[in-house]
Amino acid sequence: MKGAQILVECLKREGVAIAFGIPGGVNLPTFDALHQSPIKVILTVHEQGAAHMADGYARASGKVGVCLATSGPGATNLVTGIATAFMDSIPVVAITGQVRTSVIGNDAFQEVDTIGITRPVTKHSYLVKDPRDIARVVREAFYIARTGRPGPVLIDLPVDTTISEADFIYPEQVSIRGYHPQEAAPTIQLEPIRRAAEAIANSRKPVIYAGAGVIHAGAAAELAELAHKARIPVTTSLLGLGGFPETDLLSLGMLGMHGFEYTNYAVAQCDLLIGIGARFDDRVTGKPDSFARRAKKIHIDVDPSSINKTVVVDYPVVGDVRQVLRELNKLVGPVDTREWLKTLAEMREKYPLVYKEKAKVLPQYVVQQISEATRGNAVIATGVGQHQMWAAQFYQFNKPRSIITSGGLGTMGFGLPAAIGAQFARPGETVWDIDGDGSFQMTAQELATAAQHKLPVKVAIMNNQHHGMVRQWQDLFYEGRHAQSRLNPVDFVKLAEANGCAGIRVEQKDQVRPAIERAMKTTDRPTIVEFMVEPAENCWPMIAPGKPHDQMLGTYENLKQDGGIPQRRRLSEDDEAKLSLG
Amino acid sequence: MASERHTISCLVENHFGVLSRVSGLISARGFNIDSLTVSTTEDPTISRMTIVVDADALKLEQVKHQLYRLIDVIDVQELREGAFIDRELLLARVNANGAARAELERVASQFGGKLADAGDRSVVIEASGDTKTLDRLVERLKPHGITKLVRTGRVALEK
Repeated sequence: MKGAQILVECLKREGVAIAFGIPGGVNLPTFDALHQSPIKVILTVHEQGAAHMADGYARASGKVGVCLATSGPGATNLVTGIATAFMDSIPVVAITGQVRTSVIGNDAFQEVDTIGITRPVTKHSYLVKDPRDIARVVREAFYIARTGRPGPVLIDLPVDTTISEADFIYPEQVSIRGYHPQEAAPTIQLEPIRRAAEAIANSRKPVIYAGAGVIHAGAAAELAELAHKARIPVTTSLLGLGGFPETDLLSLGMLGMHGFEYTNYAVAQCDLLIGIGARFDDRVTGKPDSFARRAKKIHIDVDPSSINKTVVVDYPVVGDVRQVLRELNKLVGPVDTREWLKTLAEMREKYPLVYKEKAKVLPQYVVQQISEATRGNAVIATGVGQHQMWAAQFYQFNKPRSIITSGGLGTMGFGLPAAIGAQFARPGETVWDIDGDGSFQMTAQELATAAQHKLPVKVAIMNNQHHGMVRQWQDLFYEGRHAQSRLNPVDFVKLAEANGCAGIRVEQKDQVRPAIERAMKTTDRPTIVEFMVEPAENCWPMIAPGKPHDQMLGTYENLKQDGGIPQRRRLSEDDEAKLSLG
Repeated sequence: MASERHTISCLVENHFGVLSRVSGLISARGFNIDSLTVSTTEDPTISRMTIVVDADALKLEQVKHQLYRLIDVIDVQELREGAFIDRELLLARVNANGAARAELERVASQFGGKLADAGDRSVVIEASGDTKTLDRLVERLKPHGITKLVRTGRVALEK
């Protein structure tokens, strides 16, 4: 069997139904073999789009995403997407073509040291030099990508390995002597869990800080059980959104740089912080040594290198989050948090999210309307910037795998291709890309991909003709000098139509909801809704870089005097009733 | 927290590219490396890397965990002071006229070394030993004028 056919056989056995990529000189044999297989291959416009689509597919489905590119520029174009997946621990297998083995190192046409370039941004990588290795390498690559702390794995396939013949021997077992992921461990260590349970029992003001690890491990139910059983409120990181329903009375929403004011106060005041599948990123902690400074800290994580990396913790627990939580839930009972929950409920009322009505449409209002129109049930992809933070603040995330956003790397241009990948993963569901005009334009060419497959992806562009977050920082920290943050106006309706998508422009507040409804009813092609939003709007509240959580900018107190209107976040009806009963 | 020298012994897959994975990780994470040696072991598919880092206790934990994250790293062990034997090899070209030559030969033999080469105006001294011993040897050679010096970096085995 030819190497390329071996590759395809292996992909089939891994359950791969779809892959994203672009053919070129040295990966033609691979594309040719895929063409004759049941695996659907989506041609993207740019390889970066392919990597983000594989990533979005993986985030939305929990399966491994696959992307393909040729050697040289094809491979380098994937790098941003691979790095994005790496920073957020997303299982992706990237398969790149390489020049034939005999000319590697000779500066051949379209040759680049792909393994070398991607080394720091992959969980692992393989340069295959013999077609007999392909089956083992593919098997290992998928295993490594999806187990332990997930991440991208790259397979570099020189063209000769894909056209030479070898016997196809599929390895039924994977055995890598230097890799022993936690979930494969026969037993987990109970002593650290017992000590964590004791710390929980002794706390009076605990807060759970949940990250994407909860979602990766499929541990949302176990997290909810812990929170309800022990009566502990839950805040999530940006990537942890959806890991705990925001309609739950115990939900504190998102913490960190643009987290809710009362949530950050809660973290500043808590006596026990329980980090679960989260890595204490600087956008969460602000100044690390003042983060939750009154609190003892528990940290449950699958990756030992995440523990004590930026914030020193008192009770480290290494293990698969779901397994650990199951054990922990056996040991915890109700904690006396009545006073604490009362304080938090008061703070929730006292420090709400706030914005001031302006003549132009406000992006926060648009997100609120999308949240209501979809009842919090859509998959939301985003770019990076102000709109991303408004999406996190004003969309109500209730289910795992409902936010698809580049948290760690902060990759602008992630939104549209990630939304396309997510729509392929969940064809019957509503997928919105909430984007900014700056972010969107970085990968806008993928509209053609979405249109080609008649995907009903919806894109909400918050068009403020700026790199809004950059403009905000320039106003805050650079005396208002707007160096290269203003964007040339683009007619996104025409851009949509040019690509075979529907385009709607919204300039008035009363057009917002009808436009969203119209987009939701359009199911035979992508729809772009261009919201002409207030360019001077800032994203509040905000912890300035390196500042502690109780010194926020743009607080309710600050904005109230300026005519800000508090925005109530919706709780479930049951919880509303409980709240009114005190 | 006090920064100290630590010796880490790693068993790694004997593949191409493993050294660059390890050195790339170390430089990308900003760890301070004093020396790194690599060689094959009794098992030809496995290499041993001996890494000497200057780090406090927390940073050292990070180095160990980060190394262990690499798929090609099979085992990571910190060798504790007194529980291992370490050696490095030193070669030094030292100025030597007639009278100094005998003196240098004597110094070398005091340190268990010898003259590996003798030229008209200089000699090459070869010695192996633990780091501190070789540091002392270098001090003894300095007055004669060291023109070139190379040390292999530490290799170590637990006792």
